[in-house]
Amino acid sequence: MYKSFLIKYGEIAIKGKNRYLFEEALTGQIRYALRSVDGEFEVRRLQGRIYVDALSEYDYDEVLEALSHVFGIVGICPVVLVEDEGFDKLAEDVIAYMDKVYPDKHITFKVNARRARKNYPMDSMELNAALGEKILDAFPEIKVDVHNPDVLLCVEIREKINIYSTEIKGPGGMPVGTNGKAMLLLSGGIDSPVAGYMIAKRGVAIDATYFHAPPYTSERAKQKVVDLAKIVSKYSGPINLHVVNFTDIQLYIYEKCPHEELTIIMRRYMMKIAEHFANENHCLGLVTGESIGQVASQTMQSLAATNAVCTLPVYRPLIGFDKNEIIDISEKIDAYETSIQPFEDCCTIFVAKHPVTKPNLKVIERSETKLSEKIDELMKTAIDTTEVIHITAED
Amino acid sequence: MEVYLDNSATTKCSKRAVDTMVNLLTADFGNPSSLHSMGAKAEEYVKEARKKIAKTLKAEEKEIFFTSGGTESNNLAILGCVEANKRAGNHIITTAIEHASVQQVFEHLKEEGYRVTYLPVDVSGVISLEALEEALDEETIFVSIMQVNNEIGTVEPIEEAVQLIRKKAPKAVIHVDAIQSYGKMAICPKKLKIDLLSVSGHKIHGPKGSGFLYIKDKTKIKPILFGGGQQKGMRSGTENVPAIAGLAEAAAEAYDHLEENVSHMYGLRDYFIEEVTKIEGVTVNGSTGMQAAPHIVSVSVEDVRSEVLLHSLEEKGIYVSAGSACSSNKPSVSRTLKAIGLKNNLLDSTVRFSFCESTTKEELDYTIANLKEIIPFRRKFTRK
Repeated sequence: MYKSFLIKYGEIAIKGKNRYLFEEALTGQIRYALRSVDGEFEVRRLQGRIYVDALSEYDYDEVLEALSHVFGIVGICPVVLVEDEGFDKLAEDVIAYMDKVYPDKHITFKVNARRARKNYPMDSMELNAALGEKILDAFPEIKVDVHNPDVLLCVEIREKINIYSTEIKGPGGMPVGTNGKAMLLLSGGIDSPVAGYMIAKRGVAIDATYFHAPPYTSERAKQKVVDLAKIVSKYSGPINLHVVNFTDIQLYIYEKCPHEELTIIMRRYMMKIAEHFANENHCLGLVTGESIGQVASQTMQSLAATNAVCTLPVYRPLIGFDKNEIIDISEKIDAYETSIQPFEDCCTIFVAKHPVTKPNLKVIERSETKLSEKIDELMKTAIDTTEVIHITAED
Repeated sequence: MEVYLDNSATTKCSKRAVDTMVNLLTADFGNPSSLHSMGAKAEEYVKEARKKIAKTLKAEEKEIFFTSGGTESNNLAILGCVEANKRAGNHIITTAIEHASVQQVFEHLKEEGYRVTYLPVDVSGVISLEALEEALDEETIFVSIMQVNNEIGTVEPIEEAVQLIRKKAPKAVIHVDAIQSYGKMAICPKKLKIDLLSVSGHKIHGPKGSGFLYIKDKTKIKPILFGGGQQKGMRSGTENVPAIAGLAEAAAEAYDHLEENVSHMYGLRDYFIEEVTKIEGVTVNGSTGMQAAPHIVSVSVEDVRSEVLLHSLEEKGIYVSAGSACSSNKPSVSRTLKAIGLKNNLLDSTVRFSFCESTTKEELDYTIANLKEIIPFRRKFTRK
């Protein structure tokens, strides 16, 4: 029955003169999300509100599902829009609305009218009373409860009159694209997709870098990362996924450096390569799924050692999260089932039994001097042969 | 060069099978149960298929029951027979190296309260006949033994086992999983004196989703699927006519050229074993000679993980199976490799090469040449 949805947004309403930029980004993201829904939709801004109008048949649940992925939305109200043709017609429309939406009339209600267009002949209080009376007359079983009604019927007098009574919670956050772009280091694990989701929630667009190590990691491992990127892109918008062939660098480090330092040195080179692509793609920072102390390479000392190679800021949205908290979010965004597929990850191939947990930056840097002969060339090859996959949620 | 050496996983469907199936999917697509002529025509195809298959086993047509494949054939054989014979006893026997579609059914029956004996095998994967003799008793109602092991190719001594079983447990029903042996050797259930035999279509150039169970006439067995009562009530469900006819074509082809195919594959296998074992640190598992199937070679490579070797070969266009699928997250060690007592360090370093009649010596030379390069190189980078 609904042909329109009223989109409510929170935080962005307070952004002063930048407001239109945020609204623009939000409408853009809503259009992107609706591309994966069958049907034709129009997204329009009108007097500080955003409406989604269905121009064709559509599936109600599918639309709500798509909109629930759009950061910046606080609430989604399925709304009936009617022309202003006088109070009697409005009363008729409101009664028809109540009849359709609430087939069981054993409910309590309250009218919450709002006269946004001030030339309407009745004010909000008058409308509340008059419409309430009409509804009570039409349905004898229905009762008024002004304190704790089952149904809060909102009637807003605008250019058209908006009638709605439900609000579905949106994901909150800020519209993607309003806070620049960052480069996500995406692995096939549980954490990094969640980190991507978290940073996107604050309005940051993302690109991603994945390190592939054939024949140690398989095509399936790569496909898994593509699948995860797709899941994240439902929230973050399109992602350019950089697939770097890291095998030769990894083998070179294996040959030249102390085994227990392998992971940390490897991660430093990963950061360097990710930063290269970040700069190339105008990203303002790197994003990782690290959380303090989770594994050897995520101790404070290890994080400092990997951090030292970057000039861009490194954002770690999961830094204070426990694993089970991360899993909860992973499940919420439907990434968990994909993340736990058991394919070898390039970080675990050569992992030492007892990797250093408190690396000393000077020692690590000294070990890396042993790589000086070939590492620049290997880095260049890895960068030059990187495959970029454009990922959107719809395909 | 593309070299497919994973024929024990599945095979390419033969052209004759495909042509037959296309016709049955698009032209003669009737339901064998329909009363009209379209139905009669479809029924004719099923009858014809049954005849062709019965011929390959020197069995009677009424003893062939079509299923959805090896797993269903094994499930029907075990569950159907044990259920029908449960009053006769509580003991069932199988081997330690069965395919999961037998082993998991036995595990299920164990939970249901049956006493289960798993027969051990020797280093070549041959079952212990002494253990069998010891295990058999009056309570034994069912014995299931595979004819060829799917991972190492060992041929089990079915005849000897049957003699023991018939002597010590006359009530027992005998099932043979022939999924890896059918089409690779002459099999005559009557001569073997067995009651049930499982076959899968896609291992012999037939379509996936096809298979059959040979059930000796008058064997006590109950269905496990209920419905429209097709195939004498033993296997309800509209007959998958295209798959059935495709399977029959593939089976007929396999048995028309059995001897030449098999001797070709034995030649390849012996050549491959000879060449591959020349590489340092490489060993072959299972039996040799005629005690092993012509198409399966299980190779252990010291200090190279199977998955790495598999993907390295894949980069060269060579497709094989990991002997024991193992990943860092979920180690799942092969029961067969463990049962033959393979050293722990080789459990995760074993790959399976499996041939078919169209495999060529050139393909094997190409594979060997690549192995000679890959193995020493990958060995330099082991997990410490």
